[in-house]
Amino acid sequence: MAQIELDNIQRIFQLGDSEVHALQDVQLRIDAGEYVSVMGPSGSGKSTLLNLLGLLDRPNDGHYRLEGRDVTTLSGDEQARVRRERIGFVFQSFHLVPRLSAEENIALPLLLAGISPHDRKARVAQALNDFGLAKRGDHRPDQLSGGQRQRVAIARATIMQPAMLLADEPTGNLDRATGEEVTQLLEALNGRGVTLIVVTHDPHMGERAHRQIRMEDGRIESDSQRPAP
Amino acid sequence: MMRSRDILGFATRAATAYPMRTGLMMLAMAIGVAAVVLLTALGDGARRYVVREFSALGSSLIIVLPGRTETGGVGAGSFVTNTPRDLTVDDAAALLRAGSVTRVAPLVLGNSEIAYAGKLREVMVIGTTPAFADIRNYTVAQGRFLPEEDWRRGSAVAVIGATLHKELFGAEPALGNMIRVGDRRYRVIGILAASGSGLGMNADELVIVPVAAAQALFNASSLFRIFAEARSRDAVPGAKTQILDILKTRHDGEEDVTLITQDAVLGTFDRILGALTLAVAGIAAISLAVAGILVMNVMLVAITQRTSEIGLLKALGATGSIIRLVFLTEAALLSIAGALAGLLLGHLGAWGLRLMFPVLPAYPPDWAVFAGLGTAIVTGVLFGVMPARHAATLDAVDALSKR
Ligand SMILES: Nc1ncnc2c1ncn2[C@@H]1O[C@H](COP(=O)(O)OP(=O)(O)OP(=O)(O)O)[C@@H](O)[C@H]1O
Ligand SMILES: [Mg+2]
Repeated sequence: MAQIELDNIQRIFQLGDSEVHALQDVQLRIDAGEYVSVMGPSGSGKSTLLNLLGLLDRPNDGHYRLEGRDVTTLSGDEQARVRRERIGFVFQSFHLVPRLSAEENIALPLLLAGISPHDRKARVAQALNDFGLAKRGDHRPDQLSGGQRQRVAIARATIMQPAMLLADEPTGNLDRATGEEVTQLLEALNGRGVTLIVVTHDPHMGERAHRQIRMEDGRIESDSQRPAP
Repeated sequence: MMRSRDILGFATRAATAYPMRTGLMMLAMAIGVAAVVLLTALGDGARRYVVREFSALGSSLIIVLPGRTETGGVGAGSFVTNTPRDLTVDDAAALLRAGSVTRVAPLVLGNSEIAYAGKLREVMVIGTTPAFADIRNYTVAQGRFLPEEDWRRGSAVAVIGATLHKELFGAEPALGNMIRVGDRRYRVIGILAASGSGLGMNADELVIVPVAAAQALFNASSLFRIFAEARSRDAVPGAKTQILDILKTRHDGEEDVTLITQDAVLGTFDRILGALTLAVAGIAAISLAVAGILVMNVMLVAITQRTSEIGLLKALGATGSIIRLVFLTEAALLSIAGALAGLLLGHLGAWGLRLMFPVLPAYPPDWAVFAGLGTAIVTGVLFGVMPARHAATLDAVDALSKR
């Protein structure tokens, strides 16, 4: 049984009178621990696919089984719980809360999960260390560099030890060197067993993934596996 | 599930992160609450002032009027009596036997014409006895009040009010001069000190003559009222029973009089001013509703500004109810802070009032303080519900794409 199973997924947006088929007949299996890149032209449905995988969006038709469970029929609150416990998001624009310090931003998922302040403190301190942010804990986002911000965001995405990381153009707002750094960080996390799915426009980054998915007009155009090194 | 302490902490951080917005909202709430506190302090201060003045005026006064009326208080009905038996001077004299009564003054009242040296005017004439001056706290500016004499005798002497004195005599000395009232002549023996208006009748425009003289003048044998004074305020109920007993015996066992006490008059004023305070508080509370609408708008703006944050919280696994709770808590916090600031402001204002008008005990009543705080917090929360629900139902993907 694959970790992620998508069957006949349709996602249609209504734009006035016209319909946009953002996803058409998407069929996809991803195993736990895989490293997948999703590429394709703008508007091909990459973000829509990622939002669906992350339970932020529902398909108009088709089934999504996550770890053997059909999650398309879950209630909003149940989906929120799955997001909280199994899924980590990394965004192009970081999405840090500007008034909160790096520490507090990283602690947000723990806060939402009702973890005690004592446990929170220990886990956040550990994460700050792991991501090289030990001296930046009390800095607000506007006092951090782009790379540091994305590291904070990744620390936040992994603090609940999710089963998969969904990253939508995580290096899109970073220069090449910093982007490389962030990519290595994500790959290291994948190395420890977390499923990593990255949407990217950067061919170099896309090629580094063991499995590459190409999308066009809402369909999966190609799905190629790179032989393990 | 998120801990309530964490929700509170998160909401507090959000509230303090935008000082301009928070300040504005608190100000609106504060003004509303301060208005309630200050205006009720003013209203209640006026009520207390009147009550105190009344008490000083002699709360041990009992007024006896002929005829039985059903209502106890002072209303139009109190004066419409179905006279079965008149009150007489002898009735009044008999009341002196009541142990709890210290002073008694019979009262005859009528309108007549007063004339001196060709000057003529309408005047209200009171026929009474010397005790009346003590009961009503009249002070005599020149000469003296009515003489102690047999109540049936009625010497031809008169005491006149200050205004009357000025109008009739001008700068001329009045004492010892003869005035004509109706078809009788009286010697002026005293002039009352100017008092301003008393309740019901203005002492400055009165002519006061002995009771028997007034009865002769108006050709009447009955009394208009009897004024009696109890030994103390506490003795009033006892005195009332004694007065009723005496008059009942004298009137063949029939209870055909009505007693009015100052307390009843006072009670009426107390009620009127109390209602006024309540009305003023209500008007001030309307400003709180306005503040509530402001809270709603400010929260809606806050949600628009923080749309991407809401999207993030959803992506991190916040349920709709958590997001609702976070924003509701924020609105409640702002309302509470604003209400407390308003309380402080209102108390400061009341303190300022007391400094400016020391005679006015301008303290806000407890009920007004609680009602003001309560209304502020309830409106804040109520008007926070709509924006919070709006936040909770935002689409996560859309919200995340907002910058
Ligand atoms: N909320 C929406 N309402 C209407 N149309 C939408 C909506 N979201 C996406 N679409 C449409 O669906 C299609 C796929 O969009 P999507 O964002 O998945 O593309 P993408 O591959 O991520 O593009 P990009 O590389 O520019 O990020 C596009 O045509 C887009 O216009
Ligand atoms: Mg996209």
